[in-house]
Amino acid sequence: MTVAVRVIPCLDVDAGRVVKGVNFVGLRDAGDPVELARRYGEEGADELTFLDVTASADSRETTYEVVSRTAEEVFIPLTVGGGVRSVDDVDRLLRAGADKVGVNTAAIGRPELIAEIADRFGSQVLVLSVDARRCPEGTSTPSGYEVTTHGGRRGTGIDAVEWAARAVSLGAGEVLLNSMDADGTKAGFDLEMLRDVRSRVSVPLIASGGAGHLDHFAPAVRAGADAVLAASVFHFREMTIGDVKAAMRAEGIPVR
Amino acid sequence: MTGRPEVVVLDHGSGNVRSAVRALERAGAAVTLTADRAAAEDCDGLVVPGVGAFAAVAAGLRAVGGDRIVERRLAGGRPVLGICVGLQVLFQRSTERGAGDAVGLGEWQGTVERLPAAVVPHMGWNTVATPEDTRLFAGVEEERFYFVHSYAVRHWDHTVRDVAVSRFPEPLVTWAEHGTRFVAAVEDGPLAATQFHPEKSGDAGAHLLRNWVVGLG
Repeated sequence: MTVAVRVIPCLDVDAGRVVKGVNFVGLRDAGDPVELARRYGEEGADELTFLDVTASADSRETTYEVVSRTAEEVFIPLTVGGGVRSVDDVDRLLRAGADKVGVNTAAIGRPELIAEIADRFGSQVLVLSVDARRCPEGTSTPSGYEVTTHGGRRGTGIDAVEWAARAVSLGAGEVLLNSMDADGTKAGFDLEMLRDVRSRVSVPLIASGGAGHLDHFAPAVRAGADAVLAASVFHFREMTIGDVKAAMRAEGIPVR
Repeated sequence: MTGRPEVVVLDHGSGNVRSAVRALERAGAAVTLTADRAAAEDCDGLVVPGVGAFAAVAAGLRAVGGDRIVERRLAGGRPVLGICVGLQVLFQRSTERGAGDAVGLGEWQGTVERLPAAVVPHMGWNTVATPEDTRLFAGVEEERFYFVHSYAVRHWDHTVRDVAVSRFPEPLVTWAEHGTRFVAAVEDGPLAATQFHPEKSGDAGAHLLRNWVVGLG
């Protein structure tokens, strides 16, 4: 009777198409987010995350359409993040069929956005996405981590642990902690950062960035993660959702 | 009854109901999303969804006459299924911040309280402990279902409401655990409800919805 640790594949979607390659056998259209979502659902994904990297506002209509089709065909929770700037953006995504919405950069500039969204739709729809890194040489924050923007290229000087704690007090219902140092390294999650954030927030925590081996997941859970998120290792079939769950189950971690 | 059972998902302005409509269709129902009173009262099965705050859902429900609709359906023995906060508002009240004087429909006695767990919201797939005679969970008793909530009913206090309903057997309560034991589902004659989201619970949820839809015949 314990809630299972969730395994969440993340798809980058640009104007309704999956970006970054995917390497699935037997897909009719490897660029169709709906088909990939269905496939991941069949493989046992516990939730799905779409990161909308669409640059132009015009193409956003396509995003809503993709979210709708996914919600109508895949019966597991769907989180959509990327470019969410207002309560209206959240409203449109929820109406389209998203269950949760990820908020990142816009909340850094205007933290009240978090409270506005939580007051209107409830905390449970709001995932605070934090792109964090260890402070570079010559800079510092109390925790030693800072929030970044622009895909980790730009530091803000904001303390990442403080920011997560503040966002939760404003109404965020979950924290997606993405280590920009670990991202792409396949050397494992930043366990120390997970522990530091875990000690300050009491909402579910999703570990992201660094997954490269089946042995990497259980330590993230022991560091405090309630869910693990990965992208390329799944898309390129280096491991399946089932592999990750089997590895965690072998470590005594409850999975679905 | 001929063909597919007719199900209305009550449209009272609560969150994402697209998946609920599609999942019920896949479970074999002909589904309409509407707040039309006649349709909601006369259909074979009524689903009351609910996402967000207790007070907002209770108010939204009353704004479309949902309290009357539910009452009339139950008086006639016509099935109703509440989901998530749609379960919570069937109880008497909530301690949720902002709930204030908001009252639930009071079909069941009890208070919706905050879960005393280290990590809240309770978010994810959890197991349930079903009663022996469950129809809703038949075939999926051992499966996990998707929960997302911070409040729940921790104490089940059933006393027979009145003579008219006493013809129904004792309600069946399914429990789950997160920091404490809480009510995950209730089956009470024509009235059923789940704290989790069957429409988001993959194959297990689809199976449960099929069990409910089949029972509408």
